[in-house]
Amino acid sequence: MAAPRTSLRLVAAIWSTRGIHGRGGAATPEGSQKKGKTLLQFLSDRFYDVEFLREYFLQRQMLKVHQKNRSFTHMVEQYGPYIVGACFILDQGGMVKFQNNDWIGPKERGRFALEFSKFQEVSVEAVDASGCAINYEGLDNLLLLRNLQSLSLRHCPHVDDWCLSRLYPLASSLQELSLAGCPHISERGLACLHHLPNLRKLDISDLPAVSNPGLTQILMEEMLPNCEILGASWAQGLNVEPEEQPQDKASPVHV
Amino acid sequence: MLRRVLRLASGRALVARALSTRRGGSTPDRDGKVSEIKKKIQSILPGEPWNPLYDTSHLPPERSDVVIVGGGVLGLSVAYWLKKLENRRGAIQVLVVERDHTYSQASTALSIGGIRQQFSLPENIQLSLFSANFLRNINEYLAVVDAPPLDLQFNPLGYLLLASEKGAATMESNVKVQRQEGAKVCLMSPEQLQNKFPWINTKGVALASYGMENEGWFDPWCLLQGLRRKVQSMGVLFCQGEVTRFISSSSHMKTTSGKEVTLKRIYEVHVKMDHSMEYQPVECALVINAAGAWSGQVAELAGIGKGPPGTLQGTRLPVEPRKRYVYLWHCPQGPGLEAPLVTDMSGAYFRREGLGNNYLGGLSPIEEEEPDPGNLEVDYDFFQDKVWPPLAQRVPAFETLKVRSAWAGYYDYNTFDQNGVVGPHPLVVNMYFAAGFSGHGLQQAPGVGRAVAEMVLEGHFQTIDLSPFLFSRFYLGEKIQEHVII
Ligand SMILES: Cc1cc2nc3c(=O)[nH]c(=O)nc-3n(C[C@H](O)[C@H](O)[C@H](O)COP(=O)(O)OP(=O)(O)OC[C@H]3O[C@@H](n4cnc5c(N)ncnc54)[C@H](O)[C@@H]3O)c2cc1C
Repeated sequence: MAAPRTSLRLVAAIWSTRGIHGRGGAATPEGSQKKGKTLLQFLSDRFYDVEFLREYFLQRQMLKVHQKNRSFTHMVEQYGPYIVGACFILDQGGMVKFQNNDWIGPKERGRFALEFSKFQEVSVEAVDASGCAINYEGLDNLLLLRNLQSLSLRHCPHVDDWCLSRLYPLASSLQELSLAGCPHISERGLACLHHLPNLRKLDISDLPAVSNPGLTQILMEEMLPNCEILGASWAQGLNVEPEEQPQDKASPVHV
Repeated sequence: MLRRVLRLASGRALVARALSTRRGGSTPDRDGKVSEIKKKIQSILPGEPWNPLYDTSHLPPERSDVVIVGGGVLGLSVAYWLKKLENRRGAIQVLVVERDHTYSQASTALSIGGIRQQFSLPENIQLSLFSANFLRNINEYLAVVDAPPLDLQFNPLGYLLLASEKGAATMESNVKVQRQEGAKVCLMSPEQLQNKFPWINTKGVALASYGMENEGWFDPWCLLQGLRRKVQSMGVLFCQGEVTRFISSSSHMKTTSGKEVTLKRIYEVHVKMDHSMEYQPVECALVINAAGAWSGQVAELAGIGKGPPGTLQGTRLPVEPRKRYVYLWHCPQGPGLEAPLVTDMSGAYFRREGLGNNYLGGLSPIEEEEPDPGNLEVDYDFFQDKVWPPLAQRVPAFETLKVRSAWAGYYDYNTFDQNGVVGPHPLVVNMYFAAGFSGHGLQQAPGVGRAVAEMVLEGHFQTIDLSPFLFSRFYLGEKIQEHVII
């Protein structure tokens, strides 16, 4: 409540420097900067302190993620679950592989759209959603792919423990899962993977939120005895490789 | 010079935050540092308004629109939703009065943090589903600019409830209701149970229900602190002190049938300051009773229950503290990573705590054996005699275990029907309740807070209809029994 005076000063501070735009994109042309400023001015008229303005931006960012993950399920009746699930993944920038077909990436979207009918009855066997903005809500669309055998969610910034607790509908088919590099996955979510007894390969390397990677891997191996688990040690192995390679090349024995 | 630093700091933070959300990763360190620097600079800048009224830890303000008694999870949730749903920023002033800022006896801090949808009442299931959604998006609801994101430590491992032959039919019908409300709960036969969790001895088990989504446990302290941080940023004031007295005015009215009723309205709350005999009167328009296990006493301060028995005036708020023990033990051969929160038909429950083969659990005693709630001392014999035998029978590995520690906390126990009390009192018209949740108040706090705020601001429930939880049921004798109490 003691904020108003300070905040007003903060507003002034931000408007008087080139602030946001100057620092955000160094090469912003003069014209668009002006436009940006008037927009910000407009906002500052409406929101009386800058904290509120910043909160507004924060909320907008979050909304974007939600919009990217809106449900496609109403289209299922018309196109069937596989097409809809695949569309969602392509929309997110990921890749899908229909059974007995090649990988389709976002670039092949156009071709895919033309051949909709060809794929309607074919199930999707693999999805590579690496780096996609998929979140808990977006899983609705992914879970349409009931015969999915391989799923990669590497480096997905919004995949968290809650998401992992939702993968159980894929239990009968899913054999390969990669979660490497997801910043929000911890051992608490990994524990839910006991719902996936058919897993043969699981990649849990490079998960910064796991508090004790070594112990977690041992416990995971106990929990999923039929599954090969790639964890911390594997990741370290990878890190070593690039360093070793140049040495190898330099040695005369290695041609 | 200083100002320029300040400018820099705030501008940077904005960019950093925008980038980090876009990338999805977060930079708590940096954000935290920036806000720290900002605070430091702000504190040494000349010309800062120094206003003792805003120094919230000492005196409460002389007036506040709403006074919330109790700063536990329910009180803070009501504060949050009041501010969130107010139609103009700063429209309502909210003051939270909490007598102990260390929360040493508050149920919130001493609970085991469980959330489940396996209830028998649709309202409880809806509340819990609402909360699950809130908790899942906690960093959106409780986002504070410049503050690091909250780590709720949610363990999505579900509750596993066991039923004997006798309880199987009830369990089945409960699960039907739960599914209707949208909860993802599955039923398991003893054979399926054995397959899924080989460490369970299924002797005597006829049926089991198992929550697949939105059930598990989380860190209650994180929710409490997150709410606190957020409501503070929304302008809610805090004061440390105890509410000792309500001053009210009364007006006499006649009902259509000619009966005299006396309606009371609280207009002043006396807050006794810590370590002193002084009190500060706070003028108010509305009081929220969220005093947890002590809400019965707070209601009494407002004269609720002081009247001839059998009348509405004479109807008490039937909420009292009940002592519950939680034991923490170590068992090297115990259930693994996949273990859910298991509740045996004897009432004994346990769950995993961390990764080191540690477990915690307890049992609610039968009515005749309720311990004296005068203090929070732990009775270790209770574990030996009552908790351990059924657990060791259910999970044979627990035959060898070592109790590491234990604590006790108070259930905010509603002796009438073990359910919450929400909404205004019919006679003390500006006292609203958010209390009496009897051991499931933590998980329902987000939904209850919203319901109370809706009642205050709109005059009726909007999101979830909690009218069965109104106070009048105590007078009418209408129990709404919850069958799944752990
Ligand atoms: C052992 C145990 C396990 C539990 N497990 C779970 C669980 O798994 N899941 C779940 O959902 N719930 C659980 N609960 C229940 C849950 O903790 C409570 O229902 C919930 O915390 C109630 O919140 P509250 O804010 O009403 O109460 P509290 O957290 O007790 O807050 C009330 C506050 O009011 C203050 N106060 C009281 N009187 C006054 C006064 N006159 N003036 C000023 N301040 C006052 C007190 O100091 C206290 O801090 C458990 C409880 C216990 C004891």
